[in-house]
Amino acid sequence: MASTPFLCRPSLSNTSISFSSSTSTSLPAHFLRSPSSKNYSRRRILSVRSKIREIFMPALSSTMTEGKIVSWIKSEGDRLSKGESVVVVESDKADMDVETFYDGILAAIVVPEGESAPVGAPIGLLAETEEEIDEARAKAASKSAPSTPKAVTPTPPPPTSTPAPAISQPPPPPAKPASDGPRKIVATPFAKKLAKQHKVNIESVVGTGPFGRVTPADVETAAGITPSKGIGTNAGSNIVSQPTPPKPAPSVAAPPPVPGSTVVPFTTMQAAVSKNMVDSLAVPTFRVGYPVTTDALDALYVKVKPKGVTMTALLAKAAAMALVQHPVVNATCKDGKSFAHNSSINIAVAVAIDGGLITPVLQDADKLDLYLLSEKWKELLKKARAKQLQPNEYNSGTFTLSNLGMFGVDRFDAILPPGQGAIMAVGASKPTVVADADGFFSVKSKMLVNVTADHRIIYGADLAAFLRTFAKIVENPESLTL
Amino acid sequence: MQSSLSISVSPHTSLTVQRSNRNALEPLAFAPPSKPLNLRFCGLTREALGFSSLRRNSDSFRFRLSSSARVRRADKFFVSASLSDNGSPPKTFDYDLLIVGAGVGGHGAALHAVEKGLKTAIVEGDVVGGTCVNRGCVPSKALLAVSGRMRELQNDHHLRALGLQVSAAGYDRQGVADHANNLASKIRNNLTNSMKALGVDILTGFGTILGPQKVKVGSDKVVTAKDIIIATGSVPFVPKGIEVDGKTVITSDHALKLESVPDWIAIVGSGYIGLEFSDVYTALGSEVTFIEALDQLMPGFDPEIGKLAQRVLINPRKIDYHTGVFATKITPAKDGKPVTIELIDAKTKEPKDTLEVDAALIATGRAPFTHGLGLENINVATQRGFVPVDERMRVMDSNGNLVPHLYCIGDANGKMMLAHAASAQGISVVEQVTGRDHVLNHLSIPAACFTHPEISMVGLTEPQAREKAEKEGFEISIAKTSFKANTKALAENEGEGLAKLIYRPDNGEILGVHIFGLHAADLIHEASNAIALGTRIQDIKLAVHAHPTLSEVLDELFKSAKVKAHVSGPVSEPIAV
Repeated sequence: MASTPFLCRPSLSNTSISFSSSTSTSLPAHFLRSPSSKNYSRRRILSVRSKIREIFMPALSSTMTEGKIVSWIKSEGDRLSKGESVVVVESDKADMDVETFYDGILAAIVVPEGESAPVGAPIGLLAETEEEIDEARAKAASKSAPSTPKAVTPTPPPPTSTPAPAISQPPPPPAKPASDGPRKIVATPFAKKLAKQHKVNIESVVGTGPFGRVTPADVETAAGITPSKGIGTNAGSNIVSQPTPPKPAPSVAAPPPVPGSTVVPFTTMQAAVSKNMVDSLAVPTFRVGYPVTTDALDALYVKVKPKGVTMTALLAKAAAMALVQHPVVNATCKDGKSFAHNSSINIAVAVAIDGGLITPVLQDADKLDLYLLSEKWKELLKKARAKQLQPNEYNSGTFTLSNLGMFGVDRFDAILPPGQGAIMAVGASKPTVVADADGFFSVKSKMLVNVTADHRIIYGADLAAFLRTFAKIVENPESLTL
Repeated sequence: MQSSLSISVSPHTSLTVQRSNRNALEPLAFAPPSKPLNLRFCGLTREALGFSSLRRNSDSFRFRLSSSARVRRADKFFVSASLSDNGSPPKTFDYDLLIVGAGVGGHGAALHAVEKGLKTAIVEGDVVGGTCVNRGCVPSKALLAVSGRMRELQNDHHLRALGLQVSAAGYDRQGVADHANNLASKIRNNLTNSMKALGVDILTGFGTILGPQKVKVGSDKVVTAKDIIIATGSVPFVPKGIEVDGKTVITSDHALKLESVPDWIAIVGSGYIGLEFSDVYTALGSEVTFIEALDQLMPGFDPEIGKLAQRVLINPRKIDYHTGVFATKITPAKDGKPVTIELIDAKTKEPKDTLEVDAALIATGRAPFTHGLGLENINVATQRGFVPVDERMRVMDSNGNLVPHLYCIGDANGKMMLAHAASAQGISVVEQVTGRDHVLNHLSIPAACFTHPEISMVGLTEPQAREKAEKEGFEISIAKTSFKANTKALAENEGEGLAKLIYRPDNGEILGVHIFGLHAADLIHEASNAIALGTRIQDIKLAVHAHPTLSEVLDELFKSAKVKAHVSGPVSEPIAV
């Protein structure tokens, strides 16, 4: 073993480190060590009037931004000689004794034990003579004033053991107004850490998280930096199991960013959606629309709704029953050379969940009855919200249903997800004036259904026939309840 | 199971689990704590009734114990004779040894008993494996294995330093939960099979002690045994005022199922359990708030190790903390409101703060599971639920007399709430009942906390050692080495860590070893074996360690100790604590 324990000691034990406290006047470097400094400084004092040195929080490691005073080895009024340890400082790495380079009297402790100060901030004052102590204390009192309010430390500062009357700090900031005052700020631990790091006043940040709490992203926004992506949530794996690394950017020069815009990277789920959407461009698709009268379906819905049946379940069931008669629409073209007929009819239903899109799958929708299907759907929704869907519960679809009717959308086009043969886009059902075969006018509820399909395997007539069957089922929905 | 070193309870309760308090020689007057917690106590009245007759039994047994050799078969007649006036003395025994509770402690005892030729049965009212296997150490290690890897994969800086490139790491919560569950069932089956293979009878049902050497299993079956070991273990301790709903306010039992990964979870208690869960949750993306009743996080660890651990395990992570506060009231999330936690100052009892979080994990230690054990039938009064025992795990009744043929091991006696301690105690008991006196040295039992990196310890902490040194008038010295000086640790780019040795410079006795760093839990055993065997530093420092291995951290540690004496010999007799 080449290495010895000695090598590591400095970072572990109470090692001594010297710091150079600067003086209030800038002195030539040679002066600091000059044996004649005393006389020289005396002379200087005449012009500077006093000689009070600040003891700074030293930088004890390259990553240290602030240090905590573990303990003052000396107390106020103690005489110090050069090289003596004065204070123990805790950095992000270790506790270290800090020594003085100067002889003098510890006139005032600016930062008491247990409190933290940024690197370079004065933590104490060193007076050269006793006469200067009072002055130093006055100075300390003025110093501590601005430094105290910034105490945004997560822990309330422990009561200081020595109140140090002479430099008494302003009374501790009044206890935060309890909940009776303005709404208390609730910030997550990481948000507090970020606020401290970026020097953001957390009180001024508007929380957008659950229950109005301040989230790390809120702080980052307030600090004007790009929110870093959250670590390892399981949301992403719901859409694609392996997020692919970003493709090299196309050679098209990106337009210059609009001033003031912010760039927010995709979440894993958004990245997966993006990839799927781009991949869908490789499939030649076409669309066929069909109007469907829904009066009977609506009437049935009113009847079965109390039993927990949802419109989604009704539509999925109807689509599944139509697919049984038109298996080609339930097929997939995987390699561009063959049909892949799917043995089961699995209806994927597009669902918007916060910040994303997911397609829980109702497996064997043709075989399950309406009630089981509704129950299954509720369970899937619950899982989707909790981000607990298993891969086979969102990627096993053979046909997709997308319904924007509840928003009042009357018709829309859906993009065919890769790996499926067709997707059905359902609009809102609206009262429409229709003329029947006998020329009688009446008002019927009609909805427009638009199916996008892969034309490599599904042709216009296939889709039209499928839609006619679907319309028949919806218009005579009794079979749905069988 | 994990030790309950961290206690963060409401101020009215007085559950402090200190090993020194478990001194079995204290007078055992039945003194319930000022407030009954959710700990269970045996009824007073029946104890009083059973008192006089049992007193006599114990006297006769004591006589036998002190005078007769432990010849098992001969004992039977003696026992029945001495008990003949007691109503229902067992004439013959169904088993030589009956163990109530099939956790790790009971399992260890059963295996050793079979090895010693005893006819053994084990009673289990729940599932074989107890807390450790089903709701403790085992599934938590599965979760920690995941969290360790997640941490590595998320640490770009660390990976880049190794020249690795990994794209965003993600996880499937259910997959992680399944891993933990599968591991538990695998270990449970191993445990069950190992006992079945050796011919240990597994009796299903809750065991209740009816009288000396007699146990009721389930509702009607009565089994007699020459010796009985109570190994009923413990349950998570929930201070009053805290409403556990199992969804948003949970104990370790629920957390190990990993049914959700909340965005923000408060962990009440920063001992082993809390610390390990903070490691899991932060690796899976949660933010954590610790609530600790004492002024320092991680009480129970050596202060220096605790401080370093805080720098590595707490400060850089998405964790904040409130120390010196009690959580007096925790209300689960409902009606669209978050979980609320009311905090009061631990000293002044003034209301301090109210936290609103997504979930709260109660990790305030564990309470013995001794309710309904029938201890009142043999005049044994529990102390805060713990079964009082002497240094040989022999159960003592409320007069401080030994109850013959009855032992209690593991969390139920509270001496040292660790799975392997229970097992060691069980083995010690089996040694005794098979005629070899044995006293377990608890100071040689290591403990580990499986964070990343791990923390492990054996023996005394520095303050404990200083106190002992002052009392007994000897000197102590401290030696430390860093993982930064270890080749293997540097190769792994995991140089963060410290090993600390507390020893007597006059004779080289090892008093305590504390390690924080990569694989600390595996490294501690060299030190714990040395303590158990009484090996001195001057001897162990000559032992050879393979290079380059992490074990050289301990090699360096022993070599850096400065021992004055150079004569070897046993350090001291093993002492029980």
